[in-house]
Amino acid sequence: RTKTQNFCRNEYNLTGLCNRSSCPLANSQYATVREEKGRCYLYMKTIERAAFPRRLWERVLLSKNYEKALEEIDENLIYWPRFIRHKCKQRFTKITQYLIRIRKLTLKRQRKLVPLRRKIERRENRREEKALIAAQLDNAIEKELLERLKQDTYGDIYNFPIHAFDKALQQQDAESESESDAEKEEDDEDVDKREFVEADDSDLSDFEDMDKLETSSEEEQEEEEEVEKKASHSKSKGKSPLKGPARRKRPYIEIEYEEETEPTTKTKAA
Amino acid sequence: AGDGGGPAGSAAEGGGLPAPQRVLFPPTFSVSEIKNKQRRHFMFLRWKQQQRKEKLAAKKKRRKEREALGDKAPPKAVPKTIENQRVYDETTVDPNDEEVAFDEATDEFAPYFNRQTVPKILITTSDRPRGRTVRFCEQLSTVIPNSHVYYRRGLALKRIIPQCIARDFTDLIVINEDRKIPNGLLLSHLPDGPTAHFRMSSVRLRKEIKRKGKEPTEHAPEVILNNFTTRLGHSIGRMFASLFPHDPQFIGRQVATFHNQRDYIFFRFHRYIFKSEKKVGIQELGPRFTLKLRSLQKGTFDSKFGEYEWIHKRREMDTSRRKFHL
Repeated sequence: RTKTQNFCRNEYNLTGLCNRSSCPLANSQYATVREEKGRCYLYMKTIERAAFPRRLWERVLLSKNYEKALEEIDENLIYWPRFIRHKCKQRFTKITQYLIRIRKLTLKRQRKLVPLRRKIERRENRREEKALIAAQLDNAIEKELLERLKQDTYGDIYNFPIHAFDKALQQQDAESESESDAEKEEDDEDVDKREFVEADDSDLSDFEDMDKLETSSEEEQEEEEEVEKKASHSKSKGKSPLKGPARRKRPYIEIEYEEETEPTTKTKAA
Repeated sequence: AGDGGGPAGSAAEGGGLPAPQRVLFPPTFSVSEIKNKQRRHFMFLRWKQQQRKEKLAAKKKRRKEREALGDKAPPKAVPKTIENQRVYDETTVDPNDEEVAFDEATDEFAPYFNRQTVPKILITTSDRPRGRTVRFCEQLSTVIPNSHVYYRRGLALKRIIPQCIARDFTDLIVINEDRKIPNGLLLSHLPDGPTAHFRMSSVRLRKEIKRKGKEPTEHAPEVILNNFTTRLGHSIGRMFASLFPHDPQFIGRQVATFHNQRDYIFFRFHRYIFKSEKKVGIQELGPRFTLKLRSLQKGTFDSKFGEYEWIHKRREMDTSRRKFHL
């Protein structure tokens, strides 16, 4: 319903608007163009057949050729009022245009609308949430990364060869020489670490190593495993508890520089 | 007489004492037989409290027994999870299976895994992408190295594919969009490779993720594929792996994760840093989304004549809650 005009609901209407001049019911002589299954027909209604509702609308098939069809309309509606002829031709034009458009669109890929099922959608969303919670992604990723670190996929980039270092220690005897070697080694690596990992938390890792250094130099080899466990345990607890003992030990860690002996231990460890 | 006396007695009790310590409940009546809603509710609460007490007492007893036994105590019962109860899938891949290894050596991804081809990815959308999808495409292209985003402009996929192959692309990603959000992903390995169609959900762009990281750099990220156990899962996993360059640059410290859990594949992109040997910190950057596999086709994208290796059939496959396919 536009501001000034109504729409006509009659299917035989020519213009679509509800006026006196374009109502098929109000006019006894009327014509329309309608299309069915892609073919256009001209429907005509004359006053002589007003008494026979079944035969009221006469149907003429229009040719597929646009100009020929226009001529056909003309010759069928030859003595009819100008308004109806004109509007019929306009309507026919519009119909052919939209038929062409339909044919063009069907050639292109059409968007297929698949209806969602609400219950299923809800079920899927809920399952997704639960799966997300069950997945514990952060933990899984961290575990995987640590696994890769252990399996040495990163090669020499990260200087945490603590396990290897301890293994090398265990291979040797519990002598002060080996310990001093260890200290020297650690010292070297600490120096390396300081250079390389500038942007990282180098301080903490240094102190952790110093911590290890201190404890390993103090205790004997049999107790090393315990120390390892204890150190790793305290490490895994979190940063802040670790900072405590590290800070406590900080003032009195002394780096003892011994003579360089057996540089091969480094390669063994690596 | 017993039934008559029971409710009456309990009603009297209910009216008088709010929460008695010792409640005699063995009478034959059940809580649901009381007609009065208020009293019934009250009796039910009391029954629940008693159940909880009994449970607590049982737990304490069990704990004492366990402590008393010390080392000889039976191992703790593992709670049942869906992953534990999962219906065993006969296509589960055994890591040492030779047949699988042979298949993988000869399938379409073999050239990638043999380092013969370098992945080059084309990302595109469906017609007329809206802003969110466009931004998502851009972010995805920063995540995946050597990828290009092209607008669709109404081109048929079947015609794009030969052109892509001519220009040496190895993979094609089409992000389908509906109502301004991306909701589908089509991943097609180009030189005649399998095509996987996923449904994408819960897409978060970079600015929506709560983190304070910068953008992903140009380094090739590492790839983590978790939990792809069955044959189907394995092939999908290889498909994902073939998107990324085979040699990750560890300097970049970036990792892209595809984690499969209960048939949902979660994608995350993180930057990691090793704080110590036993601790790693990760920071999420990059978009995140979840995928659910809908179908896997043998050849490239062809919806009518393609040969489907696997389609998700809801009626048959969603019947059991413990059965997963990936």
